[in-house]
Amino acid sequence: MSRDNGKIPRIGVLALQGDFLEHRQMLERLGALVREVRLPEHLDGLDGLIIPGGESTTMGKLAVDFGLIEPLRAFAAEKAMWGTCAGAIFMSKDARRDQPLLGVMNIEVERNAFGRQVDSFEIDIDVPALRVVDPDPKPFHAIFIRAPLIEAVHPPAEVLARLPDGRIVAAQQGHLLATAFHPELTDDPRFHQYFLHLVRQAAPAR
Amino acid sequence: MSPILTGTFKVKIGLAQMLKGGVIMDVVTPEQAKIAEDAGAVAVMALERVPADIRAQGGVARMSDPELILKIMDAVSIPVMAKVRIGHFVEAQILEAIGVDFIDESEVLTPADEEHHIDKHKFKVPFVAGARNLGEALRRIAEGAAMIRTKGEAGTGDVVEAVRHARAVLGAIRRLQSMAEEEVYAFAKEIRAPLELVLETRRLGRLPVVNFAAGGIATPADAALMMQLGMDGIFVGSGIFKSENPAKRAAAIVKAVTHYNDPAILAEVSKGLGEPMRGRQVMDLREEERLAGRGW
Repeated sequence: MSRDNGKIPRIGVLALQGDFLEHRQMLERLGALVREVRLPEHLDGLDGLIIPGGESTTMGKLAVDFGLIEPLRAFAAEKAMWGTCAGAIFMSKDARRDQPLLGVMNIEVERNAFGRQVDSFEIDIDVPALRVVDPDPKPFHAIFIRAPLIEAVHPPAEVLARLPDGRIVAAQQGHLLATAFHPELTDDPRFHQYFLHLVRQAAPAR
Repeated sequence: MSPILTGTFKVKIGLAQMLKGGVIMDVVTPEQAKIAEDAGAVAVMALERVPADIRAQGGVARMSDPELILKIMDAVSIPVMAKVRIGHFVEAQILEAIGVDFIDESEVLTPADEEHHIDKHKFKVPFVAGARNLGEALRRIAEGAAMIRTKGEAGTGDVVEAVRHARAVLGAIRRLQSMAEEEVYAFAKEIRAPLELVLETRRLGRLPVVNFAAGGIATPADAALMMQLGMDGIFVGSGIFKSENPAKRAAAIVKAVTHYNDPAILAEVSKGLGEPMRGRQVMDLREEERLAGRGW
């Protein structure tokens, strides 16, 4: 693994629509330099990108209209990328519905899998991978808002977290990350720290 | 095993947070809902009549037929909102029972209670409510609103009232932040808002919930104006389906909200949209025609 020599990570947050501000605030709290990304040229020089929660149909349409689909695919081939909820849908290969997708992660998702808003929920889940950034094995408080379910995870993607009943809610594929829930709506920075860890791993040795 | 919690304030404001930077559009048919979704709307407001028609036709305006709302819910994958009369908690129980994603306790409908708003804490479904100033916004949040919008003057196509309400809320927050601590108590009393929420607003430098613009927004420039003033997103009521080319105008307003700070893109999306809704100047309305004064 390469060391970053104390270099401050430069992270983009896709700001077409959604809760990009909450991601920005969490990243800044962790010392990252953050830029909002609305056009392809805003990706230049970034070390990683977060695709926030929001409406995946809105994000997909705007990404097509402003020429972001191919630049985002090229970015994901080299750099770390993390999608939360709508962002996870957008990164998936298959959302069981005709809508624009990046298709960079080998996962299948089912939109609104838990029902409508009255079925949105909070629950503590176990995410063993987070011990890389914090050895304390305390559970992660996960907030699901009209959330998708990750129905299938195919190699090289791997399951990162499940609900107590076994359903998959987080997956990782190398330096790519997908969560059906919203760590940015909590005060717990471990998922963002874990993402910054992936950013450093994806950075070329220098 | 840890419990599963539903209907918490966190998941209610969570949905509002997911709508930020987006456009919520009034629709009266499943076909219009599809057009809105295809144009990039983040949610639709299901109605029997848009505010411009409620204005024109008069009479008592009530909650829409649940059958219509259910058809619209079936037509789209995005969240569906619907309106209830101010204080009409049974209309709200009905909308919660059919599973709408958000309830708007709205001054556009005829108020059912001239003193009390709905106790919104009692519901699992989140509520949005209109406000003309900071005190009104914080009173609605105290009652459990998970999202605030300006009232504007619905159904006019005139943005002036939405601007007035946005400036009133945001200006009051700026004054609150520059105040000496001992002055906050009198300020809370003056604006008739709970001290705890006033203190939280002062600490955050913004409302404790998501704050959208609504009422009279008709063009991409109107939408970008409200975003540059500091709103989190936009409701467009009559402005889309009362215009000449709804699909094109809807898509243009969606783009304008994302790129609200980029005049070159705003110019591009404003081109060739056809006639906007005809509209009525707010200054020409008689006092009894104004909707924004409803709610307390």
